[in-house]
Amino acid sequence: MGDIGYLAPEIILLIGGLFIFCLDLAYDPGVGKKSGLSYMALSALFLTAALVAAVLQLNISDPEAGPKVAFSMMTIDNFGSFIKVTIFSGMILTTIAGGRYMNRRSGNQGEFWTFFLMVSLAMSIAASANNLVLIYLAIEFLSITSYMLAGFLRENRRSNEAGLKYFLYGSIASAVMLYGISLLYGATGSLYLHDIAAAFSEIIGESTEISGLAFAGLPAMLLILAGLGFKASLAPFYQWAPDTYDGSPTPVATYLSTASKAAAFAVLARFFIVAMASFQVNWVPVLAAFSIITMTMGNLAALRQNSVKRMLAYSSVAQAGYILMGLVAVTSNSPSAMDGLNGVLLYLFAYLFTNVGAFLVVMALEETVNSTHISAYRGLIKRAPWLAVMFTVFLLSLTGIPLTGGFFGKFYVFGAAIQRQYFWLAGIGMINAGLAAFYYLRVVREMFFTQEGEGEVLDVPMALQTSLLICTVATIWIGVYPSAVLEWVSNASVQLLSVVP
Amino acid sequence: MESPDSIVLTILLFWPLVAALLVILLGRSDSLIKKGSIWASLLPLGLSIYLLFAYDSNTGGLQFEQFAEWIPQLNAGYHIGADGLSIPLIFLTALLSTLSIYYSAGVINERVKEYFFLMHLLEFSMLGVFLALDYVLFYVFWEISLVPMYFLIGIWGGANRGYAATKFFIYTLVGSVAMLLAILGVYFATGTFDIVEAAAAQPFAGNLTLASLAFWGFFFGFAFKVPSFPFHTWLPDAHTEAPTAGSVILAGVLLKLGAYGMLRIMLPSFPEASVYWATWLVGLGAIAIVYGAFVCVAQTDLKRLIAYSSVSHMGYVMLGIGAAAAVMTPDALASAVNRFGLSAEAIQDSAAMALNGAALQMFNHGIITGALFFLVGIIYERAHTRDLARFGGLATKTPHFYGLMLTAAFASLGLPGLAGFWAELFTFRGAFAIMPYWAAFGTIGIVITAVYILYRIIQNVFLGEYDPSKLTHWTTAQGEHADGPTDMVGFEKVTMWPLIAAMFLIGIYPTPLVKYFNQSARELLAFVQNLI
Repeated sequence: MGDIGYLAPEIILLIGGLFIFCLDLAYDPGVGKKSGLSYMALSALFLTAALVAAVLQLNISDPEAGPKVAFSMMTIDNFGSFIKVTIFSGMILTTIAGGRYMNRRSGNQGEFWTFFLMVSLAMSIAASANNLVLIYLAIEFLSITSYMLAGFLRENRRSNEAGLKYFLYGSIASAVMLYGISLLYGATGSLYLHDIAAAFSEIIGESTEISGLAFAGLPAMLLILAGLGFKASLAPFYQWAPDTYDGSPTPVATYLSTASKAAAFAVLARFFIVAMASFQVNWVPVLAAFSIITMTMGNLAALRQNSVKRMLAYSSVAQAGYILMGLVAVTSNSPSAMDGLNGVLLYLFAYLFTNVGAFLVVMALEETVNSTHISAYRGLIKRAPWLAVMFTVFLLSLTGIPLTGGFFGKFYVFGAAIQRQYFWLAGIGMINAGLAAFYYLRVVREMFFTQEGEGEVLDVPMALQTSLLICTVATIWIGVYPSAVLEWVSNASVQLLSVVP
Repeated sequence: MESPDSIVLTILLFWPLVAALLVILLGRSDSLIKKGSIWASLLPLGLSIYLLFAYDSNTGGLQFEQFAEWIPQLNAGYHIGADGLSIPLIFLTALLSTLSIYYSAGVINERVKEYFFLMHLLEFSMLGVFLALDYVLFYVFWEISLVPMYFLIGIWGGANRGYAATKFFIYTLVGSVAMLLAILGVYFATGTFDIVEAAAAQPFAGNLTLASLAFWGFFFGFAFKVPSFPFHTWLPDAHTEAPTAGSVILAGVLLKLGAYGMLRIMLPSFPEASVYWATWLVGLGAIAIVYGAFVCVAQTDLKRLIAYSSVSHMGYVMLGIGAAAAVMTPDALASAVNRFGLSAEAIQDSAAMALNGAALQMFNHGIITGALFFLVGIIYERAHTRDLARFGGLATKTPHFYGLMLTAAFASLGLPGLAGFWAELFTFRGAFAIMPYWAAFGTIGIVITAVYILYRIIQNVFLGEYDPSKLTHWTTAQGEHADGPTDMVGFEKVTMWPLIAAMFLIGIYPTPLVKYFNQSARELLAFVQNLI
């Protein structure tokens, strides 16, 4: 199979996307027709196939053997495969749950699910790319499809605003990133992450002085961080996120805040750990500062929100800050059990199920009572007990309470920070965790502490319930018995760290 | 050592979880849930009594230990066990849980299924904290004990319950995250999450700065729970708003988790830092005793008064722990010998006594304050107010209630012959030999305690002439209209008498209980002495 075999997930997604696209040309079901759901089903099918392919790659490749390279620009390693598994899981859950939601709101089902597969393809490429141009193309591909998905509900002004805002911020971020890439190319003469790393380590050598062309590395690093930070919604590049998440169709907001973020973190990790290895002393304080600002800003803003969807948008900004904490504390030379990269991966995995679940609850409320305002959650325990219980699990996981996946995510990133003796960073993370509990608990309070609430028992669609149940089970499973996931995580990070020059 | 008995602890621990799930799955009717829950809660109680007898005090140490692999990547395992310190506390947990469930069956009629689910879950998490010998496991149970209590306060609490529940949750959460960081620090210093192994490895030995950081990390976690002055501000709100059984468990068991953590983790793991900061512990404890007592005198709400009395009484625990900590290490012991001119044995005895006093106070406070909160709940069910100004002269109207309240209040005050006395005697006797000034300062609290118990509670509520115009609306325990205060009914008496009996038993013959505590106090001191 060779190189082609390594690209199996991408190829499946590409074929799937084109297939739905062609099918859509031939057959257009129209708004709200049952047959519109068939596109959703096809999309879920192809995503599942891609997931299976990624899981197989994860299990087949021997962690000792070192990464494989496909067409010289894609590194197929456990790290990339793990990220792909994470991304595809999120996309499948979103697809199954969001089918009816989209079908009721838009007639262009074929178009939507084509884009949906294409977005997955873009993220998948981003997770594996080891060449800056391919990284740029993947990010750009991801962005452009995301702009269209965010603004997909053409008659809805909020959705239009979401798409436009995302586009305006995004295009500037891409340009800035491209400038950073060109600086790196100028300084090192290569676009491959490894070659860049090798060139820099030759210039800098053993000395800690930065001299000559290596000076270009610092601005380039910041510019690229700005571009990727935009995708990962790090402060101060996050202003688009609340408006876009809030205005987008909820399935789109769901993947933007989870899978898309995972892809951005994969690229960030690969870029900083591999290409910028020589600059670790320089980027650690920068990322630490970003991490602190991101979690603090996100949490402070989330405290004031009355729309649960918007609150989750800010919360997902804050969560990115915690994840970044793991990247700050990466030890590239001697990875230990609680390495920062393990923290990033475990956090991303646990966070994906948790946050997808939380957005799906928002979707369920939108589907039934057509509101995202916190008052719609009042007395939910009476109207939809299981929905309230599952949402509580997700909110507790986001807070970081044990027996949920979110706890072990935080445990690992805090652990990595303590291991590197960044006590102040861990301390600020600690205060933030307390702060965040306020707004997560506020929703729990609304749902449980009163039984008043208006309205009848909610009728949540079966497919949505299934997705929610999977998210709940996964969240608790990671929280109770994290060993299995930790095995994958450490295989993934060992392989990425092993190639660091 | 795995013994055939070791499965007992696992059954004891997980049974409440099973019961909680059964409530959700099989709870078809309210009466079935209530009956089933009462029966289910008897099993942990029975097992905890079995532990009291099965624990071999001649061998001492941790017994009934059980290991299983959990997260091998982190070297964190399922390791549980019990010793002389935890076994009486496990019994206390099971006893108060059973009584709370039994009492709640009589008064809770709203959202019954959720309520009993949460009660079982709460018992599960509290037992877990007392049994866990692995930091990750300990932390997991520690944190999840927040969740059921949060819902209990928030759903079945008083008018201001949302605020109180959130405050309770956030305060303890911030404290426990600080503890989490300290746990991680210990892990990186020792390479293990096992509490026993980590203590034996002495993390940060010789590095007082790091040891102090870890010490304070743990201290924040535990102090919020105890609660130690000045971290106590959540407690009056949480107690006042919580439903009766919630207050009982909160005061009776949850507050003990903090003090237990200090004894189980802080003293053995960071002896040098403990010696260094011991004066702080003692000082905070003594301030809490006096301050809490003074605040009690000013209260107008009966339940709030008892809540503040918890702050005061948990101060004794801190005082005892701090005093013992001050002379733990050989160096500290030697300098204490020089300072006081006493023999090393005498000072060791005093330290052991202070520890015994602290542990005994934990147990007794659980029994006494648990009883007091039940009694407040009983009067609240009838009067629907806790305003002290509206009570008076109840002694003649509700003699049974008066008698029980009198007993519990006097036990709380430390009257000889009742349980509270021994704890105060031991604590002050032990602390006096080590930190005389702070101990003397703390004794002011005893006097003030007498003031608020005798004046605010006994005189205000029970003595004097009964004046019907003070409070016109009375109901019976079942919520039916009544013309005046009615005395306790059957299920309330059944709830109260075991606690009252325990007060007398321990008050008259404390030896069996002290034997357990003394065993582990001696072991702790010997462990630290023999480290070097």
